[in-house]
Amino acid sequence: MSDQPILEVKEVTKTFGGILALNRVSFHVNEGEILGIIGPNGSGKTTLINCITAFIKMTSGKVLFRGKDISGKPAHKIADMGVTRTFQIMRPYYSLPAYKNLVIPLYSPRAKRTGGWRGGGKLGDRNTVGIDILEEIGFERDSFVPYKMASTLPTGYLKRLELARCLALKPEIILCDEVFSGLSMSEIASMVPLIERLQMDGIALVMIEHRLRELFRVARRIMVLNFGEKLIEGIPEEVMADEKVKEAYFGSAEEIEEDMSHA
Amino acid sequence: MEQRRKERIDRGIKVRTDGLYAVMSWRELSYLTMPRMVLIVGLLILPFVMPSMYWQRVISIVCIYALLAVSFDLLAHFVGLVSLGGALFIGVGGYLSAIMNTSFGFPPLLAIPIATIAGAGICTLLLLPCLPLRGVYFAIVSLMYPLAMRRVIEALDILGGTDGIMGIDSFPNRWIEQYFVILMVLLFLFGVRRLVNLDLGLVLRAVKDNDQAVRASGMSITFYKAVAVFISSAMGCLGGACIVHIYMWSGMSLFALDFSILPIAATVIGGAGTLVGPVLGCLILVPVSELLREFGTLRIVFYSLILVGFIVFRSEGIMVYGQRKYHQIERWVKV
Repeated sequence: MSDQPILEVKEVTKTFGGILALNRVSFHVNEGEILGIIGPNGSGKTTLINCITAFIKMTSGKVLFRGKDISGKPAHKIADMGVTRTFQIMRPYYSLPAYKNLVIPLYSPRAKRTGGWRGGGKLGDRNTVGIDILEEIGFERDSFVPYKMASTLPTGYLKRLELARCLALKPEIILCDEVFSGLSMSEIASMVPLIERLQMDGIALVMIEHRLRELFRVARRIMVLNFGEKLIEGIPEEVMADEKVKEAYFGSAEEIEEDMSHA
Repeated sequence: MEQRRKERIDRGIKVRTDGLYAVMSWRELSYLTMPRMVLIVGLLILPFVMPSMYWQRVISIVCIYALLAVSFDLLAHFVGLVSLGGALFIGVGGYLSAIMNTSFGFPPLLAIPIATIAGAGICTLLLLPCLPLRGVYFAIVSLMYPLAMRRVIEALDILGGTDGIMGIDSFPNRWIEQYFVILMVLLFLFGVRRLVNLDLGLVLRAVKDNDQAVRASGMSITFYKAVAVFISSAMGCLGGACIVHIYMWSGMSLFALDFSILPIAATVIGGAGTLVGPVLGCLILVPVSELLREFGTLRIVFYSLILVGFIVFRSEGIMVYGQRKYHQIERWVKV
């Protein structure tokens, strides 16, 4: 059982009209592993997460979660199985205080089923459970931050709130869409241990990132996407040394020379 | 030039009554309960202070519009579905109660609850196809049904055709009639106010705020929208069921668009998203439209002028304005 990957993506293809956004992308995530996905802008990283979690329909391909085919299921069913995601552009409930934001995921069928959150579940008070989760994710419990309206929170807290929404569901795997982007160096520095702790709790993570140095601290396996195609997969050092990856990020050597001659 | 701005500060008593300490003194307790008591007591004594039977009847109609307005406010400002289906709810509830009463012989006080629940189920099923969609589709579809129903009844000559269903039992007497609708308004008004702050209500508000995040939380948006439509159409169907027993007649005019439009106007006047506001709006608009009845079709003009005036000068609505004055001190300060 343990050698079976928790998430297996097989030849996922997505076309928007005539544009090939994802071309037969395949990869897998092992139990409790952190997989980093990197690639230049527009390479299809977010589209890949959207396809896996059914927020957009994939054109063809298969997604297996613990060996079960989840492609074609609606988004809320997939989240219900424990495959959760964060959004790159944060999607909190702006009109509610931060801790009330967590009442909604805690009300979901999955949270009711998995219960377990210290007095949570069927008869528990979701407000207290919500504040507990916020504390775990780095909101200062005794400050007024958890009680502030989500619309007044800074980006750093909203990114945490995104993760907290996933945690409220007791996820088996979290697909993180750029949790480090838009954060200051010190905020990222405090996020990294958080990610490490999630991994120690046995949650598998897929992380889309542009902040490579921080990503390489937590992820030991990296996949590179370019123009919707998988370029390479491997350990960070190996991947960054690859010629194709350099070309995708910086353009090919000939192109650079050409640009230089124009300048 | 000296510049000034308006400063708003919470009244001391407002701050003191925010917490548990409110129960420490009568002054603070009455500050909290007074506005609610004014509404409840005011509505309950209304039938006594009305000068004639005609005006007592107007009170019943006010209450039916109030139910519709609360249902509109719930859907539009807490779930994000703009509903033009007031006429649909009234029509379905009304015809169901009429059939239940004339064909099966149920007394009004039994036919009304059945028509409320069954009607809400039917309305939810009718509106279900457009619930997964975002945008104006819900408004369009909910507006289309009452228009279509009128034509269907007319063309197929079903449900009494253009004559309507006659010989419907009335309420046992007019006091029961009035207090029944008034109590229903109070019940649903405070019930809905409670609902939107429950965990279920938070989920409904979340659907309005950010439906994608609700999906990502493992919940079906369509299901929760359907729950909200059920609750809201139940209020409308209840109103419709009452109206046929008040008029002892059920006809095509139950699908009239007044039932869709007036609650929206009342919500604008009363204050959107306050739930109490729409009830106040109905208390103003319906009697005004009765007073203007003498002017014939010209009353629409007066009516429109009032609406335009409110939208231009007090677009926040009476209730929001009133709440601000009640809770806050306003003063001009130098910048």
